[in-house]
This record gives sequence, C-alpha cells and structure tokens, in this order.
Amino acid sequence: MVLAEVARRRTGAERTRAELAQQTQVGEALVRGLVRAQLALALRLSLVVGIGLGGLPLLFAIAPEVGTAKLFGINLPWLLLGVAAFPFLVAVGWAYVHLAERNEQDFTDVVQRPER
Amino acid sequence: MDNPYTVPAMIAVTLATVVIGFYGLTLARTTSDFLVASRMVSPTWNAAAIGGEYLSAASFLGVAGLILKYGVDVLWYPVGFAAGYLALLLFVAAPLRRSGAFTLPDFCELRLGSRRLRTLATVFVAFIGWLYLVPQLQGAGLTLSTVTGSPYPLGALLVGAVVTGNVALGGMRAVTFVQAFQYWLKLTALAVPAIFLVLQWQSDGRPAVTPEAGAVFPAATTVVVEQAATLTLADGTTREVRPGEELSFAAGEPVPEISSTDTVNGADWLLPSTAGDDDRGLFATYSLILATFLGTMGLPHVLVRFYTNPDGAAARRTTLVVLALVGTFYLFPTLYGVLGRIYTPQLLLTGRSDAVVVLLPSAALGNGLTGQLLAALVAAGAFAAFLSTSSGLLTSVAGVLSTDLLGHGSVRDFRFATVVAGLVPTVLALYVSGLDVSQVVGLAFAVAASSFCPLLVLGIWWRGLTDAGAAAGILVGGGAAVGAVLFTVVGPELTGWPAVLIAQPAAWTVPLAFTVMVAASWVTRRRTPPDVAATMLRLHAPDALRL
Repeated sequence: MVLAEVARRRTGAERTRAELAQQTQVGEALVRGLVRAQLALALRLSLVVGIGLGGLPLLFAIAPEVGTAKLFGINLPWLLLGVAAFPFLVAVGWAYVHLAERNEQDFTDVVQRPER
Repeated sequence: MDNPYTVPAMIAVTLATVVIGFYGLTLARTTSDFLVASRMVSPTWNAAAIGGEYLSAASFLGVAGLILKYGVDVLWYPVGFAAGYLALLLFVAAPLRRSGAFTLPDFCELRLGSRRLRTLATVFVAFIGWLYLVPQLQGAGLTLSTVTGSPYPLGALLVGAVVTGNVALGGMRAVTFVQAFQYWLKLTALAVPAIFLVLQWQSDGRPAVTPEAGAVFPAATTVVVEQAATLTLADGTTREVRPGEELSFAAGEPVPEISSTDTVNGADWLLPSTAGDDDRGLFATYSLILATFLGTMGLPHVLVRFYTNPDGAAARRTTLVVLALVGTFYLFPTLYGVLGRIYTPQLLLTGRSDAVVVLLPSAALGNGLTGQLLAALVAAGAFAAFLSTSSGLLTSVAGVLSTDLLGHGSVRDFRFATVVAGLVPTVLALYVSGLDVSQVVGLAFAVAASSFCPLLVLGIWWRGLTDAGAAAGILVGGGAAVGAVLFTVVGPELTGWPAVLIAQPAAWTVPLAFTVMVAASWVTRRRTPPDVAATMLRLHAPDALRL
C-alpha cells in the first residue's frame, strides 16, 4: 500500500527527470522548447534595443531637426544618449530577468508536475 | 600644479588596495579560492567588483576627454560600454555560469571538446588582455606626470608593480574585495566633484557651453605649444607656431583653433553628425556600437567574474545590478566633458583632452582648499581606475596562462604566470608611449566582439557549432580585427574609406566572424560533439532542477 503510493509518486516527476537526463525524445523536445523560448525572448529584447537605441544615429542623420530640438533647454540627442539610454537599458534588462525566470518556472512546472 | 593633497591621496588609494588585498590573502587558501573566490561572493559585492574592474582609465578619463573634443557623437562610447552588459545578460550570463567553466578556454573545451581550440582561445585571451593593459599603464604614467610632474615611466612601473604583486599574492578573492571598493571610490571621485562643479557653474551665471561668438578663456591662460601647427585666430587670421613657444591669453579672449588637434567646434560639437556629404561618420558610429555592444561579453576579465556566482539565476541578477551601477557611473563623464568646454578650453589647444577630469576641479573651483581637495579626490579615483582594471585583466590573463600554457593551475603556477603576464605589458608601456588610450581600448573591444562573441553566442544557442567551425571563425574574424589593430598601431596613415574600415573594424569583422563560423561548422557538421544534447541541457536547464 505505502510502497505503491511511493511508486506512484515517483513515476511522474522522476520519469520526466530521467527522460531529460537520458535524452529520450520527450526530454529532447522539452529542452529544445526551452532553448527556443529563451532565445526568442533574448532576440525580441535585442530588437527593442536595436530599434530604440540603434535607430538613433540613422534618425539623427536623416532628420536633422530631431538633433536641434530642445527639451529643458538641452538638445534632445544629449538627453537621449547622455541620460535616458541608461535607465532604458536597465529596464530592458529587468524585463529580461523577469521573463527568463518565468520561462524557466514554466519548464520546471512541466518537469515536476506529473499529473498534467 | 602645486596641490599638496594629490600625492597623499594617490598613495592612500594604493595602500588601501594593498591592505584590502592582504586582508583577502588571509582568507585565500586553495587554488579554487584564488580563481573563483570560492563562489561565496554575494551578488551585490560581485556586481560592484565587476563594475570596479570594468571602469577603466578609458571610462574614467577617456570618455570625458572624447566628449570635450568631439561632442555628442562620442556619447555612443559610454552608452555602448553599458549596453555591452545587456548583451551579456541576454545571451551569455546564465548559461555560461551553468556550464561550470572557469575561463573562456574552459568553455571551449567543455562545449566542443577540443584541446587545440582551447589553446587558440588562450592566445586570444592573452592578446586582448595585453591590448587592454598597455593603455591602462600608459594612462597611469601620463596622469602621474600631469599631476605631479614625475617622469612618465615612473607611473607605469609603479602601477605595474603594485598590481602584479597584489594579484600574485592575493589572487582573485583579494581582488574581489579590492574591486568592489574601487567601484565605490571611482563613483564618489566623479560624483562629489561633479556636484560642486555644477553649483559653481550656476553661481557663475550659467555660462553657455557653445557661445555664439565661440569659446573664450575663462581666466588668463598660458599654453606651451608641443608640436608645430597653424593657429587660426577668431578674426580669421592665421599664424604658425613652433614647439616650445608660449602663448598667453587674457581672460575673456576667444579660443583660437589649432591644426595639430582634431576637434569639433561650435554648433557641430553640439549636434549629431548628419547624413549627406558622406556616410563614413554613420558607418563609424554603427561600427563603434557593434564593437562595444558585443565586445563586452568577450572581455576575459569580465567573464571570469561570472564563475563567482553560485548559479545561473544569480549570474543574471548580478549582471542586471552591474548594468545599473555602470549606467549610474556613466552619467558623470558627460558632465565633465561639457563643463570642460567652458573651464578648460586650453586642452583643445594642447590636445591633452584626457586630462580634463583631473584638471577641471581646480580650473573651475580655483586653487582654494575645496578645489585642491576635490582635485586630489579625482586624481585618487583615476588611480583607482588604473589599479582595478589592471588587476582584473592580469588575474584573468595569468589564470589562463597558468592553467594552459605555463603550468597546471597550482598556486605556484598562478604566481609565476602573474609575474610573466604583468611583465609583458609593463615593458610594452615603457616603449610605446604614442598610443591613444581610448582608441586602443576600442580596438580591444572590436577584437573581442569578432572572436569570443560569436564563439559564445553560437556555442550557447546553436547545436550545430563544431570545433573546426569555431576555430575558423576566431581565426578569420578575430584575425582580421587583430590585423586592423596592428595596422592602426604600426601601419602608415590612411585616408577615406580604408581609414574608417581599419580604425573601426567591427562592422565588417563581426559579421565576417559569424558567417565563417556558421559556414565552416556546416561544412564540418560530422564533427558536431556527440554529447551536444547533454551540454545544452546543462547550459539551459533551470538551476532548481539540478540535473
């Protein structure tokens, strides 16, 4: 009775872990899914930075009036590059840490909750 | 400059570095202690240590100097230096920590199982490390001679000796405490004087940074000409000046333009370069962005710190804190560059714009007690910048040399490798004094972005990478960047497009490295390591599972 219960509890989580470790097809598919999700997240956020920051030189070049615009008496490019860029980078980084940990939590849930 | 506080301040920083180093020494016992600080360093300490290690002479002095000279276009340097940590966070931090490798060569062997690739990586680590160390030691020599009037080799030798001794005796555990201390010192040394400088600027009636009539000398100034040049005065007349000639200017007199230094003046300084007559400026800007964004992850002294995190999630959080700390720091050099335009315009004539951070406090605040104390604080911060970055670089170069080329990783091997690794750049710094500090650091980033960045990104995210592909990519892409560096340092001067392509190579060498690495891996796809699935699981599986 007790042994059966232990055995039943073992099956789910332990089996998934074993599948991961032994690289069965199910385990392979799980890991590939996680890697793909994390890479897609990283690429999406690089795109945000690529457009948000990487687009600025092009913008300044093709629309010189943006360069001469002023905010609080300071030229906009100075504010954007000298000040705003840093909190923007930290915000993107914070979002990444948050979302990447959620991806990992989803993966862990799948592995550890057998009765899905 | 007669400032009685500068030398004691620099001696205090050096002593503090050594004392904290020896405090760490009593804790450091085994080889693993030396190299990875036992992985017991908390994320905040570790992040401050990474920041302290990273903010080099180029950040502390060079950025402000570049802004003084070239204006808004070079703000991409600090932005890129910080953004590099975001790229590191997105693509490398957690998987690299989970790989369990100590150094970049370790990663090569773990992921691709090739001893020869490991040796190639060791060679590149040493090259990038030395390329980065030489300008640090040079900067120390130049600062010491600017501030105290001592001969140039003394500063380079002094920093070289202190750093080599400290790393050889204390190892990385000691260095962790030293580096964390250095970050806060550097931030204080820039932030506190900056507050006083802004207040002074307010009380001076907010003088314009780029006055309509051109820059003027705020006080009577004497400039000694260092090389023959043509002086263009405000009224349009020109005159030839010879080395050794003394030029005196009264307060309020307009600053003339000089042909020997390449500076940007008037509205051009204030506004970003625009498209139109040529696209070279835009290409150089994008090349710089690519090099700094992607180069940080390939810097050996940054990567080695990630093994001191307990797990992948901690590595991620550490990187985020570093990003915030480094970003905070980079708010200040811009302020120095801008105020330098008002208070130290003579640097535009002498071309020694790297000195702006050190000279600005006394120039703006006068030679009273406040001005002298703040000047001493800034000089101490600059010295901290040389000490900490050189220590970190030396630790990582000595680490890979002692495990791969000069020994088997024992404490004795590490000490021996430290002495060897410290001697090479010290000797180089004594013989090569004509290099431009910021430019050489930028080239080190370009080499790292063209060699280790593709290796790490493809190694972590693409199963198809092979040892042959990785080696081909590093040799072609990294080799091209190294070639550009050597050409810049010893080759003839170029003009037009070739000059831009060689001076800012990243925009073509990074795509080249990625392309060659992917193509060569595809051609040799039968060499894909058989255990790649297990490696991927180890790199990406959440820490909680502990598979």
